[in-house]
Amino acid sequence: MLKLKNIQTFYGNIQVLKDINMEVKQGEIITLIGANGAGKSTILMTISGIVPPRKGDILFQGNPIQNINPDKIVALGISQVPEGRRIFPYLTVMENLDMGTFLRNDVFEIKKDMDYVFQLFPILSERRNQPGGTLSGGEQQMLAISRAIMARPKLLLLDEPSLGLAPIITTQIFNIIKKINRENNTTIFLVEQNASLALKVADRGYVMETGEIIMTDTGDNLFNNKDVKKAYLGI
Amino acid sequence: MTIKNQIKKSFLVSLWFMFLTFPILVIQVNTVENVIKWRWLNMIGVGIGSFFLSILWRYMLEKRPEKGKQTKKYQLFFLNNILHEKKIFFPVIILLSLFVLCFPYIFSMYQTNIMISALIYVMMGLGLNIVIGLAGLLDLGYVAFFAVGAYSYALLNYHYGLIFWIALPLGGILALIFGVILGYPVLRLRGDYLAIVTLGFGEIIRLVLENWNDFSFGPSGISNIPKPCFLGIDLSLQGTTKYLFYIIVGMVALTIFVTNRLQNSRIGRAWIALKDDEIACQAMGINKGKTKLRAFGLGAMWAGMGGVIFAAKTTFINPASFTIWESVIILCTVVLGGMGSITGVVLGALLLILLPEYLRAFSEFRMIIFGAVLVLMMVFRPGGIIKNVRRIYKFDPILEKNSVKNEVNS
Ligand SMILES: Nc1ncnc2c1ncn2[C@@H]1O[C@H](COP(=O)(O)OP(=O)(O)O)[C@@H](O)[C@H]1O
Ligand SMILES: [Mg+2]
Repeated sequence: MLKLKNIQTFYGNIQVLKDINMEVKQGEIITLIGANGAGKSTILMTISGIVPPRKGDILFQGNPIQNINPDKIVALGISQVPEGRRIFPYLTVMENLDMGTFLRNDVFEIKKDMDYVFQLFPILSERRNQPGGTLSGGEQQMLAISRAIMARPKLLLLDEPSLGLAPIITTQIFNIIKKINRENNTTIFLVEQNASLALKVADRGYVMETGEIIMTDTGDNLFNNKDVKKAYLGI
Repeated sequence: MTIKNQIKKSFLVSLWFMFLTFPILVIQVNTVENVIKWRWLNMIGVGIGSFFLSILWRYMLEKRPEKGKQTKKYQLFFLNNILHEKKIFFPVIILLSLFVLCFPYIFSMYQTNIMISALIYVMMGLGLNIVIGLAGLLDLGYVAFFAVGAYSYALLNYHYGLIFWIALPLGGILALIFGVILGYPVLRLRGDYLAIVTLGFGEIIRLVLENWNDFSFGPSGISNIPKPCFLGIDLSLQGTTKYLFYIIVGMVALTIFVTNRLQNSRIGRAWIALKDDEIACQAMGINKGKTKLRAFGLGAMWAGMGGVIFAAKTTFINPASFTIWESVIILCTVVLGGMGSITGVVLGALLLILLPEYLRAFSEFRMIIFGAVLVLMMVFRPGGIIKNVRRIYKFDPILEKNSVKNEVNS
């Protein structure tokens, strides 16, 4: 479904991604783990077109998307939940969700999706008229995920959804991510620091270090890998 | 800070002020008789005055509500409440419209004329409010679009005899086109850079109008611009003034209606969202450039229509009407009134334009008072006279009780 071929991305003169090759297949959950500053978020930004690559190809369903504007990429079916949630603090929960449907006009389907989202996260329904900035961290993360799936993406990019959340809420959110993957057949690309949890839910995983992919395997194999255990699982 | 400390500081301030004003307020050199007059009384006055002002200033600063804790207090601000209470809202609106409709019959023509000017500013303030208040684009060359509108009516009328009613939408559209042409390359800049470029653009338009004699008749301007005609009947001078008054009232009402609709539409929310977080917007599929360009163009369109009405009102325009000061004043109406709040901007524009008219005695100090008021506003009411409602967190008390933690990100 998504293929990254020899991707190189720069911030000004600084090369952050050095020759990245990845593949995501339809319907699977893949995870990308790595230390801080490895370039995980940059990969997502590159896929979303917000920081386009300088070299290499990105193929989405067989079509090159590396030179397309971010809004067109969303229209093709790739949505991102950016790192740090980035919900709109001055818009209410409903309005935040509405922003997720910016490119859609099918009012009735939107209504249906909103009901679906409120069913996934009932707390958001209670808070529907509250400004996003007044939600707690966990609620904001739920809102950010909901906002992204309101676009009905085929591929959902999640950047560290567990960031700064209590373990119980993290588990809850991971369960919902699995549910979204199962119920809507949404392909999920999960970037995480919380490697143990991420590798447990993921079908396959990639390990990244300073701009390069150093390892790839199934989630279970990576979880049991000696080096990964030492470096990322702290066991 | 203790009271003793405060008094000490105020004392130092007053000393400093006495020193600063010493050369201009105390020494008076009489060049005819070659004597120096020492006006010590002035010095005492400055000293005592600045001492008390300083104490007052410190007192107000102390009283100023802490940042972040101020939400409750502002919620009680009566105008916001009034405007959201339907029972009060409608009678107020009806009374207000009655008053406005009778205005030219109650007051003299002089007053009506002043009111027309003020309403033109209201309209432009609301237009600029789209650009600055909603989309957060600091546009300091707004007057350029005003000039485009005014000159398009004047020139089209001069050359082709176009009447007001055709020029009005045309002037708006031309200004919109100018806005888009300027905005396209410029809107990738942000904040200060955008402000400087738009400032430059405003001046360029004025300089072109001033120097391109063949096109715009240079500094001498264009005169005999016809006032709008009513069904082909030539009205008396008084009649046209009243007519113009109703036209601008209608335009202001239209502007309020449109901006209100915009504010509560998806594009309006996209503007607000874009102001907060561009990356999140891009991740939502909002085209950054296009969305900003829309705000810029729409804002310019209102300025253009304001310009057409302005030309029709004064019947004479020249480049001197479109200096940077106009931009600054319109900007002030938006900032003073409350960015993003329609009622605030209307009130701000009326205050800012009407007060100087009626306080002619202080006209020399106009700019000083302007500056002082703006500084005071920024310190004590940074949101403007009427804070944008959106910027106030409204808690449902029941929800608030249940909510585990209310983080206020500001
Ligand atoms: N906007 C930016 N401008 C310049 N450098 C950046 C920017 N964003 C990230 N970087 C740099 O790129 C590298 C990778 O960052 P990032 O992709 O955020 O890492 P990760 O998400 O894996 O923690 C870091 O060295 C970071 O300093
Ligand atoms: Mg990151």
